[in-house]
Amino acid sequence: MKFVRSSALRALLLAVFCFGIVAVAQPRYLPLDVENGSRLYRTNCFACHGPDGNSIPGVDFHAGKFKRVSSDEDMLRTIASGVPGTAMPPTPMNDSSRLALVAYIRSMHESATGSGNAGRGRALFEGKGGCLACHRVNGKGSRVGPDLSEVGGIRTAAYIERSIVAPAESILPEHRFVRVVTLGGKVVTGRRLNEDTHTIQLIDTDEQLRSFSKSELETFTLLTTTTMPGYQDKFSTAELADVVTYLLTLKGLD
Amino acid sequence: MIPRAIAVTFMLAAGLPAQVSWERLLHPEREPQNWLTYSGGSFSQRYSTLEDIKPDNVKTLEMQWVYQARSLEKFEATPLVVDGIMYLTEPPNNVVALDAKTGAIFWVYEYRPANDARPCCGSVNRGLAILGDTLFMGTIDSRLIAIDAKAGRPIWNIRIGDPKAGYSITQAPLIVKDKVIVGVAGAEYGISGFIAAYNPASGKEVWRFNTIPQPGEPGHETWAGDSWRHGGGSTWVTGSYDASLNTVYWGVGNPGADWNADNRQGDNLYSDCAIALDADTGKLKWYFQFTPHDEFDYDAVQVPVLVDGNWQGSPRKMMMWANRNGFFYVLDRTNGKFLYGTPFTKETWATGLDESGRPIRAATATPTEAGTLIYPGVQGGTNWYSPSYSPRTGLFYIPSWQDYYMNLAKMPAEYNEGQRYTGGAPRSPVPTLQRGPINTWTAENGSGAVVAMDPNTGGKKWQFKMTDVTGSGILTTASDIVFTGGREGYFYALDAKDGTMLWKAALGGPIAMGPITYRIDGRQYVAVAAGHALFTFAMRQ
Repeated sequence: MKFVRSSALRALLLAVFCFGIVAVAQPRYLPLDVENGSRLYRTNCFACHGPDGNSIPGVDFHAGKFKRVSSDEDMLRTIASGVPGTAMPPTPMNDSSRLALVAYIRSMHESATGSGNAGRGRALFEGKGGCLACHRVNGKGSRVGPDLSEVGGIRTAAYIERSIVAPAESILPEHRFVRVVTLGGKVVTGRRLNEDTHTIQLIDTDEQLRSFSKSELETFTLLTTTTMPGYQDKFSTAELADVVTYLLTLKGLD
Repeated sequence: MIPRAIAVTFMLAAGLPAQVSWERLLHPEREPQNWLTYSGGSFSQRYSTLEDIKPDNVKTLEMQWVYQARSLEKFEATPLVVDGIMYLTEPPNNVVALDAKTGAIFWVYEYRPANDARPCCGSVNRGLAILGDTLFMGTIDSRLIAIDAKAGRPIWNIRIGDPKAGYSITQAPLIVKDKVIVGVAGAEYGISGFIAAYNPASGKEVWRFNTIPQPGEPGHETWAGDSWRHGGGSTWVTGSYDASLNTVYWGVGNPGADWNADNRQGDNLYSDCAIALDADTGKLKWYFQFTPHDEFDYDAVQVPVLVDGNWQGSPRKMMMWANRNGFFYVLDRTNGKFLYGTPFTKETWATGLDESGRPIRAATATPTEAGTLIYPGVQGGTNWYSPSYSPRTGLFYIPSWQDYYMNLAKMPAEYNEGQRYTGGAPRSPVPTLQRGPINTWTAENGSGAVVAMDPNTGGKKWQFKMTDVTGSGILTTASDIVFTGGREGYFYALDAKDGTMLWKAALGGPIAMGPITYRIDGRQYVAVAAGHALFTFAMRQ
């Protein structure tokens, strides 16, 4: 199995990423929009359109098949106004939410399948990759890193690949780690779960839920780096495709 | 003949609540035990002369009672307190009369808005007005309803605008003499805004001022082509009144479409203006436009705060205004003349203000299809959240968003009645950061702060920073306490002089209204809504 040099792979991924954007002619989609859109989809669209977007006859989001819309503007309008005479109701939501929903629906078409083998991908994920040391999937693995049980429903293939190859570039602010030092000098590190003006909550590296009053801390630092290693030199191109394909199958408990 | 004020005093002393006359509304300083209007007085300072709760005893505040709203909509209402009775709206449009001492309910008026209602940004209501024995409420389906304050029954119910076209009312009406004045929301649907005055006995319209000048009206020429037809200019936050000038002051919202200004070249009057209207006729006396040709949704819907005092050594009748566009302004309210303006938060859309107060637009600050980063973001440096002015400290207190920005993407704008007409989408540059019960917001995407501005110098005297942003109004008292909250659900008492935190309570839900204070049986209360409940505090006895 030939290993692809990281710079070449990055160039390839960049090309894939850019092509994906150009292909749908919507430069304003962001992976983060897709994630927000997936949550909105579950709340607003899931009941009728189904988990795979193909429950309404004649409409299949994965296949990019629509009855009445073609452009994003059509879709935005249809979400806002509904389709008179059908079960599709007007959905009151703000403009950025509608845009996120469109981004997600478009991404369902873009990221429907991976090119690898999901079974091999799972074996690599749990074995050679050692991913469960930090991540959790359907109740198995560590809770310290982000849970990936529904990553296939909220991320595109390109984004998942980029997260594996260059995690430092794609770590989301919501997954940042925090390092606190108590007034007694004790150091605790963990993933930040919540924060307000006076307190901070985290899950520490022993998977314990911890809450601190900031007035009782010597320092607290939000870390902008990630402890996750890049896998560009650990997985071959084929292995990477297998892992991505496996992760794309993870759609949560729904 | 007994002067009316004495008669009122006598009736109160005798335990007989008087009707809420215009005289009483005009002189809230004579009865600080009550909170008779949305902004606590026609000057809208949200300043109370009650001073039993002081910096050195505020730590003994404890909860007295809680009212749980039967609604999961956002709680934005400021209650009224009239002689021991609290009148409250629970969203969208129910009215509740409570014993302000115990929270016990006298009556509930349940109004179900029509399904046609389409308020742009939440099925909310910010409160009531009272005159005589009648309460007045605007509704999200654009009705104005008069309600018997004792019986909780409707007296009249009139249509103000067409809800199917996006007209709605979320603000508390303003009583001026013998009129009920109310404005409308709906610029995101391309409405044509107005402010109108109604007869409180009949609901009959007395006057109307069009905030988007119609053909033949002055200012119409500031709209290219037919763009005025859906020009927005909503008026969705309560105004103020100065009896010495017989003038009503009101803020006007954004032009439509919000973020695509291609078809509306010109200044687009009176969008984003402070306007001064003759209280008897509704005729325009002057206007001051904060954001000409707005492409950012910087509504000028803040409450106009009126202040009589010295400004840089000379007595002035002033208007103070912290605008959504990020600038703090001092105007001469006799003529609209610009006295002073300075940013109170980071802004990049203007490089400054000229001598007349007109912004000097930054060349690159315009929405594009690819998106443009602009400070402040779409919610503004502040928004509709009521500020406060304390005559004691001479400071103006702003609930603000600091270092907050947006990625503004322009999109095509086509008007279809009842559909959103915004021409773009503002997005957070860090989209998945969450705020609210779970906060992963970081300083890189802004933070909240109470800012105390010195109107004479434009300088920040102090600021109290919060991790999450704030949508809470502010109350100041004669004991130099600032009461306020924020999205995190903390209710704060701050030292009005230097911003030191004196006390806090974690109420477990965002504070999105203006706290009030009142007194019953010699005991001072402070009331604040957080989440979906109203909490009332008083000192330990």
